Amino acid sequence: MSALMQEMSERALRLGVPFSAQIDLTYRCNEQCVHCYLDHDDHGEMTTLEIKHLLREMSEAGVFILTFSGGEIFLRKDFFEILEYARALTFCIKLKTNAVLIREAQAARLRDLGVASIQISIYSHRPEVHDAITKVKGSLQRSINAIRFLKSQGLKVIMANVLMTENMQDYRGVRALADELGAEYTLDPTITPKMDGDRSILDLNAGQSALHELFRDELFVGNAEEFCAPPPPPDADSLASLPCSAGHTACYVSPYGEFYPCVQFPLSCGNVRQQRFIDIWRNSEQLKEVRSIRLKDLSGCSQCAHGSTCTRCPGLAFMEGNMRGPSTADCEKSFARTGIPSVNLLAKKDKALPPRLVQIQIVPAIPGNRLSSMSSQPAL
Amino acid sequence: MTKKMYVARSPRIAARMLGEEMLVMSGQGSTLFTLNPTATILWQAADGATPLDEIVERRICSEFEVKPEEAMRDAEALAEDLARHGILLISEQPITNPQSLVREQAQP
Repeated sequence: MSALMQEMSERALRLGVPFSAQIDLTYRCNEQCVHCYLDHDDHGEMTTLEIKHLLREMSEAGVFILTFSGGEIFLRKDFFEILEYARALTFCIKLKTNAVLIREAQAARLRDLGVASIQISIYSHRPEVHDAITKVKGSLQRSINAIRFLKSQGLKVIMANVLMTENMQDYRGVRALADELGAEYTLDPTITPKMDGDRSILDLNAGQSALHELFRDELFVGNAEEFCAPPPPPDADSLASLPCSAGHTACYVSPYGEFYPCVQFPLSCGNVRQQRFIDIWRNSEQLKEVRSIRLKDLSGCSQCAHGSTCTRCPGLAFMEGNMRGPSTADCEKSFARTGIPSVNLLAKKDKALPPRLVQIQIVPAIPGNRLSSMSSQPAL
Repeated sequence: MTKKMYVARSPRIAARMLGEEMLVMSGQGSTLFTLNPTATILWQAADGATPLDEIVERRICSEFEVKPEEAMRDAEALAEDLARHGILLISEQPITNPQSLVREQAQP
């Protein structure tokens, strides 16, 4: 993050502005990835009109960076209509897609619309591995073709490489492919539970030995000795710090209008079909609770040696049953990095798994619905 | 007679007011800028149809204590600077289609 962007994020925090947001336009997808946490059925997505109205409300609330994700966003027939409307409202737009449906014409249109970046999921440089994860034959080649179309238009492309047992040996190959295509590269070694609470896909998480190897690969972490050094104990400043931007300057809206602090934090704060975006942002009791939490309030983590350096995700902690508790996936990453077990890993042995959590709450577009009765207005 | 200068907001930038400041991200390299109050007025008034001298007279001289000639000189320099960063488009003709002008200017 640039110094100016950091300064603007801090200003947004002081002003209480939702500086960045993600809207998942659909949960439908043309790939069926083995590790995906979504329910791909359509349970009543927001209509074009509802999304346009939401975009106006987000613009008025001060949202600047807006990510469109899914599901596969290009499955929405109105995708370009929505994108055009959002750009007329001068959002900085980022896209997340598998890019299978992007050809020359779509790439040129994305360039004309001034999209800031396109993040594309690539699991391996080998078709037999990537296609086995997506369960779509030929999907790697189509995504690579799309990256070439996008790069030829001068667009910024980021290859997102989720690591799991199936592709753990391939991250260097994906990185080399990104370099060859002129794309940026980002790596995520965390598989999250399904949104219906099913935790079975967590078995796909890369194990300790794979993480240990990854965290000592200087191509990815820079100076490995420094990266893996024992952390300094948390000081007063870090104990008073915020866990992350979720709910503070960032938020997420599902295809059904449900409002959450983050895509990975399934704590429902309201629904934009029933309330104004800004009213949820300002008045939701759930968001107020999220905003009240500091590192010193976290059970276990506040006494943990990793407190000041841990990548603890409050959403994953919430999915484990307590937003003030640990995120075990991050405890395991800290352990793989330093060899020092976290307070929560030491205490965790005898604990039972948490109850199932359900994220989807359907509020269909019915008469009387706040957004469905509103007319579309020109953007500016 | 001096030539008119027309200015239009680039269709490839992102912008939002944050507090009292206008935040602008240029499509060229995702560079982030903040505009001061004068630049914000100029950027907001840049509709492609109103000549720069009219913008200066109506929007800048009326809000700031500044001589018209001095304001015009500063506004021209500012417009050229914003154009160099891909934030504003400049033309001697009214800009009716900013998208095609961006494409033209992108040609080698």
